Amino acid sequence: MIIGSERNKKWAWFNEIFEGVLLAYDVNILDKNGKILCGIHPYFGVKLKAKLLLFSPKPNMLVEGKVVRLTQASIHVIVLGFSSAIITDQDIREEFNYTTKYGEEVFASRSHKWHVIKVGTMIRFLVKSFDEEILHISGSLIPARTGSIRWLDKKSKNVCLADSSTTKRREVEGKSEMQDNETVGAAVSSVSNDHQIKKSKKRRWIYKQAIHLVNDTRNLQQLCYSLVWTDVITTQFPVISLT
Amino acid sequence: MGVELPIDHAESHEMEDVNISDLELVYHVREALTSVQSGDNDNYNQLVAVMHLSGRLDPDNRALLETSLKALSGAVSYIDISHHESLLVSIFGMSMWNYDPDVMDALKGLIISLAASNGKYVDSCLTMLVSNFTPPSYFLDKLKEPHGLERKHQVLSRVHAALKSIFDLVPLAPMRLLPIVVQRMPTVHNKHERLKMIVVYMENTLKLESSAMGELVRSTLLMAVVDRLIDLDMEIGWDDILHDDFSKGIFEMELEDVEEAADDAEQVGDELPSGSLSRKSLSGNLIAELLDSLMVLTFEHLESCEGTGRLIEVFEILLQSFQITVLNAYKSKFAQFVMFYACALDPENCGLRFATMLADVFVSGLYPPLTRMSAVSYLASFLSRARFLSPCFIVSLLKRLVDWCLEYCNILGGDINPKAHRVFYSGCQAIMYVLCFRMRSIMDIPRLKSQLLLMPLETVLKHDLNPLKVCLPSVVSEFLQQSKAARLFTVSETFVFNDLLESELSRAFGGLERLDMFFPFDPCLLKKSDSFIRPNFVYWSMVKTAYHGDEEDNSDEDVDEDNGDHVMVDGMGRSPDEQDLDLDEFEYSLNKMSITPKNSFSCRLDGELRQPMKMPSRIRPSTSPESL
Repeated sequence: MIIGSERNKKWAWFNEIFEGVLLAYDVNILDKNGKILCGIHPYFGVKLKAKLLLFSPKPNMLVEGKVVRLTQASIHVIVLGFSSAIITDQDIREEFNYTTKYGEEVFASRSHKWHVIKVGTMIRFLVKSFDEEILHISGSLIPARTGSIRWLDKKSKNVCLADSSTTKRREVEGKSEMQDNETVGAAVSSVSNDHQIKKSKKRRWIYKQAIHLVNDTRNLQQLCYSLVWTDVITTQFPVISLT
Repeated sequence: MGVELPIDHAESHEMEDVNISDLELVYHVREALTSVQSGDNDNYNQLVAVMHLSGRLDPDNRALLETSLKALSGAVSYIDISHHESLLVSIFGMSMWNYDPDVMDALKGLIISLAASNGKYVDSCLTMLVSNFTPPSYFLDKLKEPHGLERKHQVLSRVHAALKSIFDLVPLAPMRLLPIVVQRMPTVHNKHERLKMIVVYMENTLKLESSAMGELVRSTLLMAVVDRLIDLDMEIGWDDILHDDFSKGIFEMELEDVEEAADDAEQVGDELPSGSLSRKSLSGNLIAELLDSLMVLTFEHLESCEGTGRLIEVFEILLQSFQITVLNAYKSKFAQFVMFYACALDPENCGLRFATMLADVFVSGLYPPLTRMSAVSYLASFLSRARFLSPCFIVSLLKRLVDWCLEYCNILGGDINPKAHRVFYSGCQAIMYVLCFRMRSIMDIPRLKSQLLLMPLETVLKHDLNPLKVCLPSVVSEFLQQSKAARLFTVSETFVFNDLLESELSRAFGGLERLDMFFPFDPCLLKKSDSFIRPNFVYWSMVKTAYHGDEEDNSDEDVDEDNGDHVMVDGMGRSPDEQDLDLDEFEYSLNKMSITPKNSFSCRLDGELRQPMKMPSRIRPSTSPESL
């Protein structure tokens, strides 16, 4: 298991046991006694429970990332600094038109003047498929709720203000600092189920990690370990609580 | 305004026309690709045929290839790994070296788009770029010509720019690149034609190391570089670098003297003096030449690292690699000079670190005896030959060695036994060897002199273990001579060595590996590398011995004083012009001193002529038949 960290600049790996890239964990040691395991000296077993934060994009989930390259044929995105994504022109809805504005290549919305996607824009897009080996996502901007995050947030804010009594928002926010000090907002809403996650009141700054919260609790389970390498438990990351 | 409008309109129409035709091309290619699945291969086959265009292309074909590549860049999402296999194979087989810059740019764009479009193509794209590190074999000789150099620059700048773009788009790509770069590196097991590519390949590897993604791949790449150096080093046999005539006895002349003699001999038409060195026999040896070029490449890379303040970072990795590879390699001949040069560039950090590491390995019981003996041999040779090390630092390390030896005597003790106490004997020999080179300079500084006098050297050397009898006779006799002159200590027993370089006992402690005769930093025999090393190197003839003032005449002292000035603190490699000047002056003064090799053969015959032994100044295996 290797965890991405700015300081160590280690690789992010897809872990097959957890079916995702481990971003952070919170460990609870159940029993302070370690069990000596015959034949696997010098390792010993420690019983513990851990909450894991996993990056595990599945088809039809929404993911957010930063546009790093834009051509007429495709939009290239980087998610969480380690995962690459591509959205081809076939998967960009008709609303968007490739054009040049002020010498810059952009995808601009035909219906909404301010909805523009260019290099540096944070966008929310749908996952079509995910290559676990190289952490490469094939994405789509077909659904209406995809596009520039800033524009989508503003739009939903306006909707909310217009109808504040009954509409509940399904947004969760978290923030992190990227290595170049840009703020990455990572808000995700579920498509497949009705879980509602309340917006956290305090913004929690997590060192180098953007939170990708998955409503599907399958990915955020409490797991029991019976065997752990003792040198893996390094608490570099603060606890992330998900209430 | 009215006049301008139509023109603007016309221009924009024109622009649209151009844009539409680009788009049309892309659609055409997309159609050609999709129609394969329905069985219509004509357009697709035409496209594949265009990819195979190579050689000197006429302008039309060149333009066709360029536009096809550009159009393909816009259609990468339509390329299917199974249906379009022949197209992919032809793209990945293309060599940028065969084309003009415009086509190179188009190809570069296509490769970047392919890599970013689908995870399945990343490895192939990276492999294609890495294979473009080296030119086609017909081009290798042209690299020396201006046209060849220009082409090389055109290709490599694009290759590295493409790699950078791919890393920006696919963050995990560096991880995928590493094994590809390491596996495709030419090795000594390849045919000569492929092996000759190693220099230009290494150039690219080092360029990657200093690139933006260097931090992620530095460690693996540098270790791979050192591995290759050692591989080549090991391919050069001892026979290649030494003359056959061992029976004539010990070698006395060092590199600089021999070069001069060789030049003289060439002019006069005489043979080279017997027992002499063999830089000549190395020339024409392909492996040696390649190793020489690689070492120079590495030196230049270290210089640029030093310039950008990265030397210490890089040095740490080299040090790790040294411990794993070089230290345990069977008597590495030249690769260790990479460490020497790095230390010369930054004596206070790298020099210190290197010497301390070697001392740590020696005193640590965790390492196997051979590794410890090897480490102390490196240490002794380093402390003796590095011009840039201060006498103060050398004394501190000597103290460490002496203290360890004393502790060994007290705890383990016993009688003379070369095999059992070989680590101890190698330590003692190291101390004596260093003092042969440095005794005078240490004694000249009162503070250091008193430190040296306080060391329990006598206790160690006169112990029952009898290192004076076991260690290499040539080293011991030189040491005794100097310590007598310096009044360090004297021995009552006369050690009769009969001008022997080695003895039964020294062979016994040295073992099969002959670590008793391992002086790894003896003068470097690779010509181009040596020019970097020379300004930072202590040659035996430069050394002022403790008995120096008694024998030589005034002119020699003057010369040595001059040398002393040159030697000073700055151990940095100087520019070739400066070096040449120094060498000229030095060689002139050498002529004045008229150093001629003492004929050891006559020494042995004529027992009364007991000339002071010259230091064993070259790495060489034992003269005894068994070890050959």
